[in-house]
Amino acid sequence: MNNILVTKEVTKHFGKHIALNNVSLEIPRNSIYGLLGPNGAGKTTLIRIINQITYPDTGSVFFDGEKLKAEHIAQIGYLPEERGLYKSMKVGEQALYLAQLKGLSKADAKKRLKFWFDRLEIGNWWDKKIQELSKGMAQKIQFIVTVLHEPKLLIFDEPFSGFDPINANIIKEEILKLKEKGTSIIFSTHRMESVEELCEYIALIHKSEKILDGKLVDIKNAYKNNIYKIGMQAPNGDALLKELSNKFTISASEYNLLEQQLDFTMQFPNKETGTILSYLSSKGNINNFIETIPSANEIFIKTVQSKINNE
Amino acid sequence: MNKLFLIIKREYIAKVRNKSFVIMTFLSPVLMVGMVVLIAYLTKVNDNEKSIISVLNESDYFSNEFLTTEGTSFVHFNNITLEQAKDSTLNMGYTGLLYIPNETTLEQVTARSFFYSKKSPNSSLVDRLELVFQERLRERRLQNLGVSTKDFSALKVNYEINTATFNGKQNLKGINEIKAVIGGAFGYLIMMFIIIYGGFVMRSVIEEKTSRIIEIIISSVKPFQLMLGKIIGTSLAGITQFVIWVFAGSILMLIALYLLDIDLSAMQNGAQLASSINTAVPTVDETMQIYAQELLDIPWFTLISFFIVYFLLGYLIYSSIYAAIGAAVDNETDTQQFIFPIILPLMLAIYVGFFSVFSNPHGPIAVGFSIFPLTSPIVMLMRLPSGIGEGGVPLWQLTTSILLLIVTFIGIVWLASRIYRVGILMYGKKPTYKEIFKWLKY
Repeated sequence: MNNILVTKEVTKHFGKHIALNNVSLEIPRNSIYGLLGPNGAGKTTLIRIINQITYPDTGSVFFDGEKLKAEHIAQIGYLPEERGLYKSMKVGEQALYLAQLKGLSKADAKKRLKFWFDRLEIGNWWDKKIQELSKGMAQKIQFIVTVLHEPKLLIFDEPFSGFDPINANIIKEEILKLKEKGTSIIFSTHRMESVEELCEYIALIHKSEKILDGKLVDIKNAYKNNIYKIGMQAPNGDALLKELSNKFTISASEYNLLEQQLDFTMQFPNKETGTILSYLSSKGNINNFIETIPSANEIFIKTVQSKINNE
Repeated sequence: MNKLFLIIKREYIAKVRNKSFVIMTFLSPVLMVGMVVLIAYLTKVNDNEKSIISVLNESDYFSNEFLTTEGTSFVHFNNITLEQAKDSTLNMGYTGLLYIPNETTLEQVTARSFFYSKKSPNSSLVDRLELVFQERLRERRLQNLGVSTKDFSALKVNYEINTATFNGKQNLKGINEIKAVIGGAFGYLIMMFIIIYGGFVMRSVIEEKTSRIIEIIISSVKPFQLMLGKIIGTSLAGITQFVIWVFAGSILMLIALYLLDIDLSAMQNGAQLASSINTAVPTVDETMQIYAQELLDIPWFTLISFFIVYFLLGYLIYSSIYAAIGAAVDNETDTQQFIFPIILPLMLAIYVGFFSVFSNPHGPIAVGFSIFPLTSPIVMLMRLPSGIGEGGVPLWQLTTSILLLIVTFIGIVWLASRIYRVGILMYGKKPTYKEIFKWLKY
């Protein structure tokens, strides 16, 4: 079994509203998986189903090759979007409580908490109350509580919202370390740019349906359309640009006469990259040549649009 | 099970450590005892202010009818004029002067008699004086009809009908009321407990919602476990508080009584005195003895066992509704519209209990409300002091009532847990009844 989590045609209704419609996902073991989509697409519902907070109307979920059951809770760590802590309870006590609810023994929980508190340099917070801490501080504790029981699968819903950049970076580093240790991770977010660089796999959820999923590299390759960004020193830039625009699609261009610098973005016809490139280099000195790869956001918009057009 | 225990423990500790809870726990008995002591003290001060009445009796029809009693004493003036008597009364600082003139007939005497005082006299004093005149007049009229004074005293009768059950057990008038009061006290206790600690459960749910910890917790435990743990933990804290109140209250009371030397029975004596004058019941002690016997005959064991049964079921039903309300709303101000329908059956139970069960513990209304599950914990307890079976609550009513309560308990807890499960994850808006109804199907 190479997938840590599989959902098969999961459907969930809330009254007349369909929150999830036949969503099937395969989340590979030891990967970072991005669950992307706008607000209200159904991401949180799906995550709640994985956490057995709600249950699907139809369809099934498999965790580590087995049908999802109550015991699996101890192997999943979940940091919800709506997160907080008891305001009037001491930090240490409530971390202990939450860890014990996850099934850790008191002694074990204490030991691990001590390790994490020291690691994130918050060891002296143990006897403080949450209401004395800042929001960023509280989020560190929530993070610790989520990962403390060393789950096989970690789920972060909007992980970086509300974190200041420094703390967000610390948390990002910690997540990557956990991944190296073999943990599988799901990121759910509507701010796709925030997790794009971390994810190996993504699934796009739109209006309760999965519209696209797979390896991020493959998806990007499928969507890249041979568009290149070129910068070159060309004495007759204007003329060259005119010549090129007659044959190819040029989306953006700029020619600096003084420096004789021509920058443009052009879609190459399939399998002619080499020919065109050698032609261009005969016209001037190419100083950059970059394939433009679409962002997850662009792919998302494109997919949604093509879906609407098809309907 | 282990997780449930953890939740109960946390709820209990969080509650017991809460500052306002601690303050309430220790302040309440002090306040309550303080209040009783204050009332007792004020009553004592009030009683100590003896009124002294001077009597100027010129008539032969009255001699020593005015006897000094607790609270009032009489001073007799002789051989002085009314004006002198008035002056002396004022000078001596007495409460008032009763003037009885010398006339030929008793009727004339009573018609011309006057009570003079600086301030308008209090009504109980006037009543006492009037009573003396009334007695005298009645005696006089009977004499005119040929009844001698001796015969007149012999005429004074006191009759109470003997009541008994068919199996020959003696019944006592008013014992039903006393029994209902005892049952009512248990019922009232249940109502207070539900309202106070149900509210605690609700606030605790709201706190978890507003602090946004709820989703973190229910990714580890089932919402139902959390709800149950909350209710049990809060109830244990509540019971702790109650026990402290009872013990601290009793100890403080004893100390207060000892230190201030206040005789609580003084207050009761006063009340009894007034009633004994009016109704002239001579055998107070005897009756009290029978009452005491009856009180001992109340099936205390049955009563307390059923108190526990009804208390547990009733409290669990209501507190799970409170938990559901807490889950449905975002803040406490939104709870009002949902709380009213819960308080309603409780209030109804108390009022129906006091009006209907007191007068007729086994009448149709009392029976109906003691079977209806939302009111039965209170109303049935008011009926139970008269026992089970013959002369008391028929066994079928008791079993029906408990069975219905259990069925309702399961139903309500099921409904509440469904509302709770959905509600705790809903943020931002105050739901309507219609929406909550929809949640049941999610």
